[in-house]
Amino acid sequence: MSARRELLALAGVTCGYVDDAVLVDVDLAIHDREFVGIVGPSGAGKTTALRVLAGSMRPAHGSVARRAGLRMAYVPQVETINWSFPVTVRECVLMARVTGRRLPWASRAERAQVSDVLGRLDIGELADRHIRELSGGQQQRVFIARALLGEPELLLMDEPTSGVDVRLRHEIMHLLDDLNSRGLAIVLTTHDLNGIAAHLPRIVCLNRSVIGDGAPHDVLNADVLERTYGASMQVLEHGGMPVVVDSFRRAHASHHASHHAESHHP
Amino acid sequence: MIDELLRPFDFEFFRNGLLVATLAGALCGAIGVYVVLKGMSYIGHGLSHALFGGFAASSLLGVNFLLGAGAWGIASALMINAVTRRRVIGSDAAIGVITTASFALGLALFALFGTTGRSFDAALFGSILGVGADDVIAILVVGILAFGLIFLRYRALLFTTFDPEVADVAGVDTARMDALLTVVLACSILATMQVLGVTLVAAVLVIPAAIARMLTNSFARMLQLATVIGAVCGFVGMNLSYHLDVQSGPTIVLVAATLFAAVFVATGITGRRRAAAITAQPPLAAR
Repeated sequence: MSARRELLALAGVTCGYVDDAVLVDVDLAIHDREFVGIVGPSGAGKTTALRVLAGSMRPAHGSVARRAGLRMAYVPQVETINWSFPVTVRECVLMARVTGRRLPWASRAERAQVSDVLGRLDIGELADRHIRELSGGQQQRVFIARALLGEPELLLMDEPTSGVDVRLRHEIMHLLDDLNSRGLAIVLTTHDLNGIAAHLPRIVCLNRSVIGDGAPHDVLNADVLERTYGASMQVLEHGGMPVVVDSFRRAHASHHASHHAESHHP
Repeated sequence: MIDELLRPFDFEFFRNGLLVATLAGALCGAIGVYVVLKGMSYIGHGLSHALFGGFAASSLLGVNFLLGAGAWGIASALMINAVTRRRVIGSDAAIGVITTASFALGLALFALFGTTGRSFDAALFGSILGVGADDVIAILVVGILAFGLIFLRYRALLFTTFDPEVADVAGVDTARMDALLTVVLACSILATMQVLGVTLVAAVLVIPAAIARMLTNSFARMLQLATVIGAVCGFVGMNLSYHLDVQSGPTIVLVAATLFAAVFVATGITGRRRAAAITAQPPLAAR
């Protein structure tokens, strides 16, 4: 990792008011070609951290250093998209081209680029459809396509798999893994520890400040998770992967099992 | 019959009025698309009332109406824009205070000092009779500015309207886009005030855009359709205003409302669903 170039870094970043800070003294560096997952409970400041990385929010204290000329793209949570807005897939993707050409209509080269990026994401035939007429996976792909049209070096994604089923989650993660293997650095936020975070090369556990930062095997342990989520959790190993289990569920399950056994063997 | 329909074209005031009404309809139709999609309808309504204060003050001071009310309107627009972006207090409350206070000031000034120049009724409800060459020039200048902005900053305006946070990350100066849009909105209201009146301008901003939304799912087509629909409503409404001897503002608004009802019925469930979604705002982003 040390050989990789640093794309951007937060140093001592604090956001919000003194008594109600969303982020406190956060240090976080993102490097070339990295695939990072930011995890934490609701209200932990994950989206705020992403916004600070993206530059759409300024920290109250601390600094944000970006490599000169860094091309970034931001994919917001699908829940924040106005799906009723009158915009077709092609119009949506073309929004990424805001610099350079000023004419409203796309040039021949731009049309070819949009077709190319939509084709790469297997949604080429949907270009003239309204964004609401698509399935959940297709909708997510449209916003990834918009991000990719700007040819970013760093892709920031807010909860890309929130509210999607297992099949769709696999589909999105497979796509992101493929993009990362082609050289795109990705930072995403997620609630899903087992389905997403455990599969990423690097996890950042956040709850207003960084509690843990490293590979899943190093970070996903009972101590870090309890400090991050404020609840007792256990980490098991399955197929060489860490699996996080809610201690309440385990206790409840073992209690239920013993109760069941007692009722059969009085 | 044809002679009767063409007879008003013999009068210069009618030709001026028709030109201003048609251009005003097109202008409000186009700007209205952004107003409706950004959820700025209340700002449009408020700004039109705020301009009334400027109209009264310029009348009292003997200042040119377009300059006096224009400066007043642009100041109000920038103030509203700043309040809306900073979220110091609720934007609806802030707009309500700024614009209704301005409207009340206009009414008080008229009550205390009377009016010179333009008529009180014309300012409130629009009138074809007072349309002069300066109104034609004003609508042409504002039209060139507004359509110039839409043409040259089409992509940035669309991105800012649809997804301001991501537009910001992509390098769009969204604060500047919002300020430009609000100033153009104030200028459009000012230039159309003579034929539509301050109490009815908001309807012409909203109705053509709402009709266009029922007819298409594409932003580019919505913009084109709203412009044409606004122009047609202005043209037809102004002709009816002359023949029915009703003020131009209400006639134009009633033509637009009738067209809205017809399209609402004709497009069935699809149109209704699209119309219902116009005001649907995305939920707040998670923390």
